[in-house]
Amino acid sequence: MKKSINNTIPKSDVPLTPKDFESDQIIRWCPGCGDHMIVNSLKKVFAEIGYKKENYVVVSGIGCSSRLPYYVNSYGFHGIHGRANAIASGVKIANPKLSIWVATGDGDSLAIGGNHFIHVVRRNLDMNIILFNNQIYGLTKGQYSPTSPLGAVTKTSPYGTIEHPFTTGELVLGAQGTFFARSLDILVDLTTNVLFEAASHDGTSVIEIFQNCVIFNDGAYNEITNKENRDDNVLIVEDGQPMIFGKNKDKGLVLNNFNLEVVTIGENGITEKDILVHDAKTPSPFIHLMLAKMHHPWVFGVIRKTPAPTYDDLMEEQISMVKAKSNIKCMDDLLNSGDTWEIKE
Amino acid sequence: MNEETTPMSGRKQVNDIVIKFVGDSGDGIQLSGNIFADTLAHIGLDMATFPDFPAEVRAPRNTTFGVSGFQIHFSNKKVLTPGDEYDVLVCFNPASLKVNLKNVKQGGIIIVDSSNFTPRSLETAGYTSNPLEDNSLDNYIVLQIPASEMSISINSDLDKKSAERTKNMYILGVLYNMFGFELKPAINYINNKFKNTSQLINANLKSLEEGYKFSETLKNFPKFYLAKCELIPGKYRDIQGNVATAWGLMAAAEKAGLHLFIGSYPITPATEILVELSKHRELGVKTFQAEDEIAGITSAIGASFAGALAATTTSGPGLSLKVEAMGLAVMTELPIVIVDVQRAGPSTGMPTKSEQADLYMSMFGRNGEAPIPIIAASSSVDCFFAAFEAAKIALEHMTPVILLSDGYIGLGSSVFRIPKMADLPEIRPPFADPNVKYYPYERDDEWYVRKWAIPGTPGLQHRVGGLEKSDIYGEVTTDAKNHEKMVINREEKIKRIAHKWPLQRITGPEDADLLVVSWGGTKGQVEGAIQNLTTKGYRISHTHFRYINPLPLNTHEILKSGKKVIVCELNRGQFANILRMNYQDIEFHQYNKVQGQPFTVRELENAFTELLNS
Repeated sequence: MKKSINNTIPKSDVPLTPKDFESDQIIRWCPGCGDHMIVNSLKKVFAEIGYKKENYVVVSGIGCSSRLPYYVNSYGFHGIHGRANAIASGVKIANPKLSIWVATGDGDSLAIGGNHFIHVVRRNLDMNIILFNNQIYGLTKGQYSPTSPLGAVTKTSPYGTIEHPFTTGELVLGAQGTFFARSLDILVDLTTNVLFEAASHDGTSVIEIFQNCVIFNDGAYNEITNKENRDDNVLIVEDGQPMIFGKNKDKGLVLNNFNLEVVTIGENGITEKDILVHDAKTPSPFIHLMLAKMHHPWVFGVIRKTPAPTYDDLMEEQISMVKAKSNIKCMDDLLNSGDTWEIKE
Repeated sequence: MNEETTPMSGRKQVNDIVIKFVGDSGDGIQLSGNIFADTLAHIGLDMATFPDFPAEVRAPRNTTFGVSGFQIHFSNKKVLTPGDEYDVLVCFNPASLKVNLKNVKQGGIIIVDSSNFTPRSLETAGYTSNPLEDNSLDNYIVLQIPASEMSISINSDLDKKSAERTKNMYILGVLYNMFGFELKPAINYINNKFKNTSQLINANLKSLEEGYKFSETLKNFPKFYLAKCELIPGKYRDIQGNVATAWGLMAAAEKAGLHLFIGSYPITPATEILVELSKHRELGVKTFQAEDEIAGITSAIGASFAGALAATTTSGPGLSLKVEAMGLAVMTELPIVIVDVQRAGPSTGMPTKSEQADLYMSMFGRNGEAPIPIIAASSSVDCFFAAFEAAKIALEHMTPVILLSDGYIGLGSSVFRIPKMADLPEIRPPFADPNVKYYPYERDDEWYVRKWAIPGTPGLQHRVGGLEKSDIYGEVTTDAKNHEKMVINREEKIKRIAHKWPLQRITGPEDADLLVVSWGGTKGQVEGAIQNLTTKGYRISHTHFRYINPLPLNTHEILKSGKKVIVCELNRGQFANILRMNYQDIEFHQYNKVQGQPFTVRELENAFTELLNS
């Protein structure tokens, strides 16, 4: 049983199911695309969270992922390229009682919309950004993205890219992000879990989902997704739990000279007690940063979830505070305030 | 100066005066101007003011490019502009005299702080001889006031620098005597301004009073008197154009019963609108200082989707960045107000200087067929009403609206007869009824306006976005016929707004020899020129456009009434060309200026008489 979410967004009086969010639109993503799994997780988690149906707003930019609002029956806004986070900021500030979900991609939020992305994270507006990372531009048919690995061969990099890729989590932490989680499209339960965790976080939540583009970048995440060695390459962290992974649950992380190191339990006198316990709540970003940047294993789950005041709360507080102190209650008061004079008949 | 002799205490009666204070930015120019304007207001005179400052925050002292100014035009009659030429120029240093002398009326008064006409400051200003001694100012009445020296000597209890700073008050004292003003309003202003430092209050007051007394000792000191004011009775205040824009938006939000959201990025000369709005949390204004111009407008679109009255404020370079998002607002048919306080372009251009050259961009600067209504404010005070109206049209017609202001009226101030909120028109947005099945692109037959369904309302869940949608139902589609229909629907919606505009009016004779056409912030100068020519016996009429897109329904009829038609604007003929495009049977003459400066009444008079005589 999941814990419930406490905030000012109105709750539904009746229990909801994913069906309540079923859209009547024909989904136009490619068969086998990871996006199908993500939208299903989202509908499931909307029902679990249990806000009134009409209080969900899904906002997107441009790209394959950004078609998502059409496939969820909620209020939806399909924006322009890169601007989803700015549009969503306006929605949330205008009405803080709405639950905001941004569907965006590695091109949309890390290239053309990079500026809006870091600034929304810095402001800590209470909204949830689902960043579909497929390391490629799909909708324009296969050009490299800011997360494509150095050397990736794509339509616009036939000899390999000569650009260093962004790590989403590193940007989030650099922008003083308060929530960062990662999932993988095929891990539907984990996706649902981290989306719920994101909703329960008061502040900007970035959920990066590694998503396979079957057409233009198939197998980008093979190392993590293939059955044979997946378990040895994937660490799913949980707050308060030791960071243990591996097929035989015998691998773990320890801190060694300010670096994270993979160790094997039972070797060199290492016991479970020596394994580092994950602390998602700590304000210090350093271990979170190392986890986000790690490649062997790749780290999934809620890497960071730390409380901080949100822009929308501060805005509302400031308005109430100034209202309480001011003698100006309406426009007539303002128009007649300060220096005025009268010309008589 | 319209002098008439009157027996009134030996003072000459005048009705209309233009004063300009000039000097270094540190000379207290704006403060002197504000105190003087405040006194004029208390006397009940009409006025318009205009601050003139360099782009640099603090330019090097005594340089010609560092000169800042504050111009005040006051009268007991209606004041139309801050004025072309100065009756009185108050100079705090040689550089400011050098820059401004050309605009002083022949025979006008020049007041100088003679303590600052030192060999060094004369040299920095580029003078080879001292204009106070070389007879070059013989055509003017020059009053040499050693204001800095005197301020230092009478305030010996203060350090030299602080004492010297009160020189502006010393000169203000001279001016108060010149126009027969009581010192009381100035004393009150100073008491308020320096609330916490009694030492500064005393020094400023002392300089003010001493300056007043000193002027009595001057030989042939000119003294004037202004007769009672002829303004319409009512309650008045002084208001800056940008503040008026901010308040107009706030008034519209209150009238519509909506929250006001502003997504903006600071940019000269529009910044003051954001600055003003950010003060008004007490009225629930939500200002969002965005990370860039694009986030400014896109956050406003988001806020509009969520049910707020949303606006974004900017100037030309910012408008360029907002273009794509303006198309999104057209496509989603959401209300937003886009305020462009125009400045001289292209590119960064001259940020502190004014121009009307963003008209083409406002009309045409978007991809696809994307019509947007345009309203142009015609004065600092009109910014209030134009902003209110832009918001009303946006909200009631579900469309972005562009409000064109400019640096000249935006930064200028004039006297504002305070309206009552109850007298402003109602604003009724077309909210969707939650009890009726909602189709996002269903329109009413009369205005072609779709309904506004606000997130949080049960049962009205829907999706909008930049992709073309099916008529009525709002599904994503690339159907050929549907696209054409939607393009025409959006076009028709904007065209029909013309039925909401008041009919275009003409002032002056109906069969005039010359019809003058103007739009936006040039109204005052054009009216001034036409008044002068009418007095001289010319048959000349005027029509001023506030509504640029769509044009008022009777535009053609109005334009046909003049034997000759001239369009004057601060660009190379953008409005003239828009009129040509619409009314090919009319010959349009043009008078254009792109110097970053407003028209002068005199140059317009010359242009009009030249055309009349040709």
